[in-house]
Amino acid sequence: MAADVIIIGGGIQGCSTALHLALQGVQVMVIEKNYCGRHASGVNAGGVLRAGRYPVELPLSTAALKIWADAPNLVDDDCGFRPIGRLKVAESDEEMDKLAARYAMVQDLGYTHERLIDRKELRDMEPDIAAHAVGAIHAPGCGHANPFRTLNAFKQKAITLGVKFHEKTRVNRVRRGGSIWHVETRDQTYEAPILVNTAGAWGDQVAKDLGETVPLSTIAPMLMVTNRLPPFMRQRIGAVDRVLSIVQQANGTVIIGGGYLGRADRNAETTNLDYARLAFNSQIACDMFPTLREAKIIRAWAGIEGYIADGLPVIGPSATEENAYHAFGFSAHGFHLGPIVGRILAQLVVDGHSEIPIDAFRIDRFVTEDNSNRC
Amino acid sequence: MSAAIAASASGVDVVVLDQRKAPGGQIYRNIEAANADVASSLGTDYLQGADLVKQFRESAAEYRPDATVWEISVGLEVYVSGGSGARIIQAQRVVIATGALERPFPIPGWTLPGVMAAGAAQSLLKQDGLLPEGSVVLAGTGPLILLLACQYLDMGVNIAALLETTHPSNRKRALAYLPQAVTAGKYLWKGATMLKRLKHHGVRHIHGVEALRALGEDRLRQVEFRVGSSEQIIDTSLLLLHQGVVPDVNLTGALGCAMDWDNQSLCFRPRLDPWGSSSVAGISVVGDGAAIIGSQSAIWAGKLAGLDAACRFNHIDQGQRDAKTQKAQRALKRSLKVRPFLETLYRPANAFRIPEQPETIVCRCEEVEAGCIRKQIECGAMDPNAIKSRLRCGMGPCQGRYCGLTVSEIIAAETGKQMSEIGYYRLRPPVKPVPISDILALATGELPAEVKLPDPFKKKTLWLRM
Repeated sequence: MAADVIIIGGGIQGCSTALHLALQGVQVMVIEKNYCGRHASGVNAGGVLRAGRYPVELPLSTAALKIWADAPNLVDDDCGFRPIGRLKVAESDEEMDKLAARYAMVQDLGYTHERLIDRKELRDMEPDIAAHAVGAIHAPGCGHANPFRTLNAFKQKAITLGVKFHEKTRVNRVRRGGSIWHVETRDQTYEAPILVNTAGAWGDQVAKDLGETVPLSTIAPMLMVTNRLPPFMRQRIGAVDRVLSIVQQANGTVIIGGGYLGRADRNAETTNLDYARLAFNSQIACDMFPTLREAKIIRAWAGIEGYIADGLPVIGPSATEENAYHAFGFSAHGFHLGPIVGRILAQLVVDGHSEIPIDAFRIDRFVTEDNSNRC
Repeated sequence: MSAAIAASASGVDVVVLDQRKAPGGQIYRNIEAANADVASSLGTDYLQGADLVKQFRESAAEYRPDATVWEISVGLEVYVSGGSGARIIQAQRVVIATGALERPFPIPGWTLPGVMAAGAAQSLLKQDGLLPEGSVVLAGTGPLILLLACQYLDMGVNIAALLETTHPSNRKRALAYLPQAVTAGKYLWKGATMLKRLKHHGVRHIHGVEALRALGEDRLRQVEFRVGSSEQIIDTSLLLLHQGVVPDVNLTGALGCAMDWDNQSLCFRPRLDPWGSSSVAGISVVGDGAAIIGSQSAIWAGKLAGLDAACRFNHIDQGQRDAKTQKAQRALKRSLKVRPFLETLYRPANAFRIPEQPETIVCRCEEVEAGCIRKQIECGAMDPNAIKSRLRCGMGPCQGRYCGLTVSEIIAAETGKQMSEIGYYRLRPPVKPVPISDILALATGELPAEVKLPDPFKKKTLWLRM
């Protein structure tokens, strides 16, 4: 079976890339080993966050936010996106100094999307927040979307535009024969002149077939969700030095996470939770919002994420092969970027260049001058 | 109880964690404290439980009531919450005896106040002697509904009607299994006695009921159904539904125990060896949580698992284990012969397991309708987990106990695939909702620093080859 482009990996990056390519009339095939959105894309915390990003990611992040706000025009669904705003809350004067430094740095870079707010304004915005909170960085426009609904909206729109999805189809090997990529699976080999690798936590395995080594490890950030509670938290809340991200969803349930890690088994595609760490996570959440002490945990889980040594994803063309592109290893913060990454990959495939600088994300950034591998 | 009695008698150090406040499980619920009138109305089978509980109380096993297990780790750490607070118990072996759940009975209106499960109503009777006020309609299939009707009659409850949803053709099919059902005589006799009593008391017993609906705006007012071509309506404020029980697989599933679909009893059950050992090291499953075998067989199965544990800990050798369990093995084997007969006779009709009307609610917690599920299947979601992610069904406090089987069976019916291929929800811990305060109790000592994700926020210089 053949197409113009084969995409390996049906997560948010793959589905978004498929959609943006199809919008330009390209024949696309997506190959997914499970069902689309099975791992990180479907089970993450739904953060649509520009605040607190690495500075090199700010241009991408800003462009992504525009697409999120315009989602209904792109995928006929708002993806459950709620731009409720985000607060990074300082729990001490020392943390407040760090927030001030961060604020100054982002302003210097020319971005004005973050505001530094004091104790009073914080309490006006979040009356139920703990008494010890001294201030925050407020980022309006950021918020929350429904991960699986988003994934599904991008996928369905791509299908409408003619993209073919092959789910439950595991790629064994990728090889080039002349100018054609051969993607071998158990039952058959798929062929196309252009290859896109959006295989997430498995992206380094595809890259390896292209002769490229990436220092990717798999991690399993854990999340918990409570029973439905009356509204008490208006925005998405993060901490500064402690690990915390909480958001109350429209249905009243509260998602508690922030990056405490369980154990991932990439080959078995399973995760195990670490309750001691979830306990610390819960402690911080209850410290921040004492109301949560009355909550019950209904469900806890962990997704499998690809984490690259410097915390940045790989986005861009292959450094070893023509007509091959990567976007994987989003290091636990890729959901928000999905809509823009798909557009950039489509631009790379069709026009050969991207509207936004992506040099910081290139795959060979870990290769030193003498060509030895740093990792 | 049976596994604990056997294992502790052989010298195994046993702790029994029970969600309830007193031993007895569902079948012998509240047996130690039940009011004499209620107990005698519940019948001789119920009263037999007193002996077992007495043996259990006298055994060396430690009993911890009000202890809810909400997670078991791969290393067999058992997470417990409840009256005495949260704790972790490190086990070497865990015998899971979490019993059965009532099979979902998704008909139009089953979420209205005034509609409930017959088993739940029977629990209220056992626990608190609670009886329905006013008239009641019982509907469904299986021995429990007849039993409850008789118990209610004894206690003077007004039964407006007993609606049998059992398909008439089941009887003929079940007859084929009668010869092997060596103990079926007892069951048949019990069944016949119950039917006779219902008839004697003039209970309106209607067979061949189809298209059952619960009607009412804010609460149940009427029950509507069809018999042959005649539509009927009965006024009532209480409808009790029941179409059998299925193993509660939430804990075993969350542990990753391999499951098989049982096409005879229409349920998933953990794959076990003859001693009750599952595919996960250190985990055995006994009783109705393993397969619906009834209370008497559960006592035999518990003994096997208990003595097997004793053998694994070298308190007894294999020869002793085999000798001590010979009688139990034979009895278990004999008692299981009746299952195909009962399962065929009381097989719930497709229409009552796989709701046809699009507006029938399947997931009660998240209010997901059958039509929405079918629509997602049309859009290519062939996996219960994909449906769960798209519609949130199974994500509520019941963790899919009310909708799991229905969702999988709808997918199988729509796609023509086997249930073994469709599978079940991926079950997430905690197995029961756990108060966050109980999780907080697990936060002791210092957290190792390496678990934090590197935070871009704190990173001063970002390494890049420019």
